[in-house]
Amino acid sequence: MSAADRILAAPSLEPARHSLITRVFIYGLLTLFALVYIVPLVVMVNTSLKPLDEVTGGNMFALPQHLTFQPWIKAWGEARIGVSETAGISGYFLNSIKMVVPAVLISTMLGALNGYVLTKWRFPGHALVFGMMLFACFIPFQSVIIPMAVILGMLGHFGNQLQDATGWSFGLGNSTVNLVIVHVVYGLGFTTLFFRNYYEAFPSELVKAAMMDGAGFFQIFRRILLPNSMPIIIVTVIYQFTNIWNDFLFGSTFAAGDQSPMTVALNNLVNTSTGVTEYNVNMAAAIIAAAPTLFVYVVAGRYFVRGLMAGAVKG
Amino acid sequence: MAFLEIDQLRKRFGTTEILKGVDLTLDKGGFLVLVGPSGCGKSTLLNTIAGLESISSGEIRIEGQRINDLHPSKRDIAMVFQSYALYPNMSVAENMAFGMEMRGVPKPDRDKALASVAKTLQIEHLMSRRPGQLSGGQRQRVAMGRALVRQPRVFLFDEPLSNLDAKLRVDMRLEIKRLHQQTGTTVVYVTHDQIEAMTLATRIAVLKDGELQQVGTPAEVYNFPANLFVADFMGSPSMNLLEGTVSRSGGQANIVFIRTDYAPIVVPAPASADETKLSDGAKVIFGIRPEAVNDSESVDRNAKSVARFAANVEIVEPAGSDTFVVTHVAGKEVTARMRADANVRVGQNCAFAFNLDKAVLFDPVTSRRL
Repeated sequence: MSAADRILAAPSLEPARHSLITRVFIYGLLTLFALVYIVPLVVMVNTSLKPLDEVTGGNMFALPQHLTFQPWIKAWGEARIGVSETAGISGYFLNSIKMVVPAVLISTMLGALNGYVLTKWRFPGHALVFGMMLFACFIPFQSVIIPMAVILGMLGHFGNQLQDATGWSFGLGNSTVNLVIVHVVYGLGFTTLFFRNYYEAFPSELVKAAMMDGAGFFQIFRRILLPNSMPIIIVTVIYQFTNIWNDFLFGSTFAAGDQSPMTVALNNLVNTSTGVTEYNVNMAAAIIAAAPTLFVYVVAGRYFVRGLMAGAVKG
Repeated sequence: MAFLEIDQLRKRFGTTEILKGVDLTLDKGGFLVLVGPSGCGKSTLLNTIAGLESISSGEIRIEGQRINDLHPSKRDIAMVFQSYALYPNMSVAENMAFGMEMRGVPKPDRDKALASVAKTLQIEHLMSRRPGQLSGGQRQRVAMGRALVRQPRVFLFDEPLSNLDAKLRVDMRLEIKRLHQQTGTTVVYVTHDQIEAMTLATRIAVLKDGELQQVGTPAEVYNFPANLFVADFMGSPSMNLLEGTVSRSGGQANIVFIRTDYAPIVVPAPASADETKLSDGAKVIFGIRPEAVNDSESVDRNAKSVARFAANVEIVEPAGSDTFVVTHVAGKEVTARMRADANVRVGQNCAFAFNLDKAVLFDPVTSRRL
């Protein structure tokens, strides 16, 4: 800190002493809320590491006396999920990965392309198109289920015809593919909104310069826009990943049995009506279900706030 | 046939007409400056040449080839943007080579072209940096380099100096002029700064509200402005414009300025004006540049026609190289440009001299030069 900065900073030291109470209040409140958020996780981790008799017999805050990873192993590979023959949640975890990765990538890429067209290649009626795409953000999940089911049914039928004609259904009719389609369509409104607002503030002169340099539509997109879109790509990926991974309604509606995503499997595991409720196994499964979103936040989270701001201020 | 020809160019956005039938020509190696106040359509005109905006009617030709409907990349034109528009994710070298890369120029040729342009612009040491790591002047150079390296038929500059501070702007102006002299390229340059226009241009086109006001060499535009707008817009401080009345006696036309404080000033009509258009009693506007208004002693000795008068000094502005003296004649402020050491004081009654060789007359109704 330079001398000038010190002089400038000096007056703020005076009121600081005055506001000791304020400070205690603020930090107290922050600590309280941090606890509210951390306690459930602590209890979950704690419970998942205890044998079942310790869980049912003891205090939920008590640390495990016989530390065991058996509930985790059981949740992952042995537990019976609903009426399914498959053991453990591992298969469903894989289902979710197979659904979430393509869905996130496709919806993000399409959103970026939409944003690019809606800001840099405007056509008559672009505002109307964007307005209608925004509509997708406000439509409640429940209201699209039946039309969606009809369309997926038609696609499945078409898939069967393709199967007969070519020997390959192109994945149409497969539950995971269906879920990818549903999530891409549903996510497109949000991803388009994110990218449109980001590209709105993106200098058009760069696009013009690239155009004069001889770059085409996709070359400009790939060489100029995308490399400068990292913040908004990260925001979109986190947002889409979290939403799609955590989705339960579409998953339970459009996927059945062994093809269910993780969230549905977790529900089937926890809501089982037979036998003893194995809280430790349920907790372990729940943590496994939440782990990927936690991981994405931890890895890319600091870009999240920054990116949201970048889109929000201008646009 | 001129190198660049623009015929009856019109551009409409909805019902508003931005360009109202512009005709322009430019010879190979010429430096055309489009100048005018903001919103006059000069940037739109440039963008239509570049192909970044479509035109409503008219024709643009380069070397006789009609380019109206050609894609910007097919016109063989390079543009330097106001914001420089350097790609932030690429190094200086990648920025400059991007156009050649898109056109499929082989890497060895690209590298050779890069090296020679980098040398000309003295940016060799910057080639691996990103635009974000450059100063304003360096970005400006890189932007020019990116245009130069492609060796296009025409260069377009869109207010390239307006983002620089005053000193750098003067340096870069010189740089652009030197570059133009060295390379002999054809340039169309947009600015709202009339000094940039004067110093750089071989031809100036003054625009206002989408209409060409005057096209000519800097000297023509400066000395013989076509109308009151050009007279007022070009030059700093701007031209003194006084209201006078024509008085004819014996075949000779004089201009009379009525003054409330002193006797009227009577000056012979300037040689630049067409005497036949001056009828007795007609109102005219008399225009004279500050440098043609001097104190009595320092008036140009070679001037053929000089009018002297006395007036009160109201403001003295020493500008270092000159002293600007403001007085009043016929109800209008008149700025005189005098020697730096001119001995004038505020309130003093001073002898002024108009160098009438440099004066022009305008019709107050049509605002055209007579």
